[in-house]
Amino acid sequence: MVVLTLLAATTVGIVRVRNLFAVAILTGVYSFLMASVMLVLDAVDVAMTEATVGAGVATVLMLGTLSLTKTEENRPIHSVALPLFVAALTGAVLIWGMSGLPDFGIAETPVHLDGPDYVDRSLKEIGIPNVVTSVLASYRGFDTLGEVVVIFTGGIAVLMLLKRPAARKEDE
Amino acid sequence: MRMDVVLRVATKLLLPLMLVFGAYVQLHGEYSPGGGFQAGVIVGAAGILFSLVYGLEATTRIMPVYVVEALIPLGAVIFAGVGVVGFLAGDNYLAYGQLAGDPKSGQKLGIILVEAGVFVTVSATVLAIFYAFAGRGVR
Repeated sequence: MVVLTLLAATTVGIVRVRNLFAVAILTGVYSFLMASVMLVLDAVDVAMTEATVGAGVATVLMLGTLSLTKTEENRPIHSVALPLFVAALTGAVLIWGMSGLPDFGIAETPVHLDGPDYVDRSLKEIGIPNVVTSVLASYRGFDTLGEVVVIFTGGIAVLMLLKRPAARKEDE
Repeated sequence: MRMDVVLRVATKLLLPLMLVFGAYVQLHGEYSPGGGFQAGVIVGAAGILFSLVYGLEATTRIMPVYVVEALIPLGAVIFAGVGVVGFLAGDNYLAYGQLAGDPKSGQKLGIILVEAGVFVTVSATVLAIFYAFAGRGVR
């Protein structure tokens, strides 16, 4: 509860503050708090990823971007009505979608019906104690391959975007 | 910034720890939380720390840009290749049962190889994106 309150406070801070350096640091703080939430929920693997990627690397990359641009956010040129409407609509749709989720802790969800099956089978069939790893790399290997390809594609796309202007300068 | 003694010494102390922790997260992923994704980011972050303190040129001397950019697809190819090997060994794509003598060690071998592929792609992507950002700042 304390962590969630801090999360909300950090979000308000990110929205309100116009100094982008502070925003980058606050985003890192947000990621650390999110990692704490994951830790409380016993999702240690996710917490680790959030802490390293969200708080570590993403913050550095944001600061790297800031060194290329200005550190002060401009006042919006256009009216904020349309973005506000889109954000509110998206939020409303998400909340509406959440009403379709099963209640918290209910026993008949797939997690509780199929989950124990994997926990039971993992040690017998694969022989490694960490169920997360066995599900990630073996039972759901195809998903993970997709994730790696996503990272690969994302990396290539960012490199293309960032490198093109530099290459053009060299040509001139 | 390059001449800051505190930063240089602290980095020298931290870097081996970071790399060893990355290796631990990678290789111990079957017993403790972690795996290729997390280890890749940790090692990539170690590279970023090094280049923040010692400069981009020193880093690109150890890990040239073209090597890093070749490693990005290599990891994905390792992952997909393990799948193809299982396929050729007479099993389903990405099923590791046939990779070694008995299914259990086959599974372990498959997972280790696949995680290595994840590690290679993730760490190289993190470093390559940082190179791209930092390289733009220099020009």
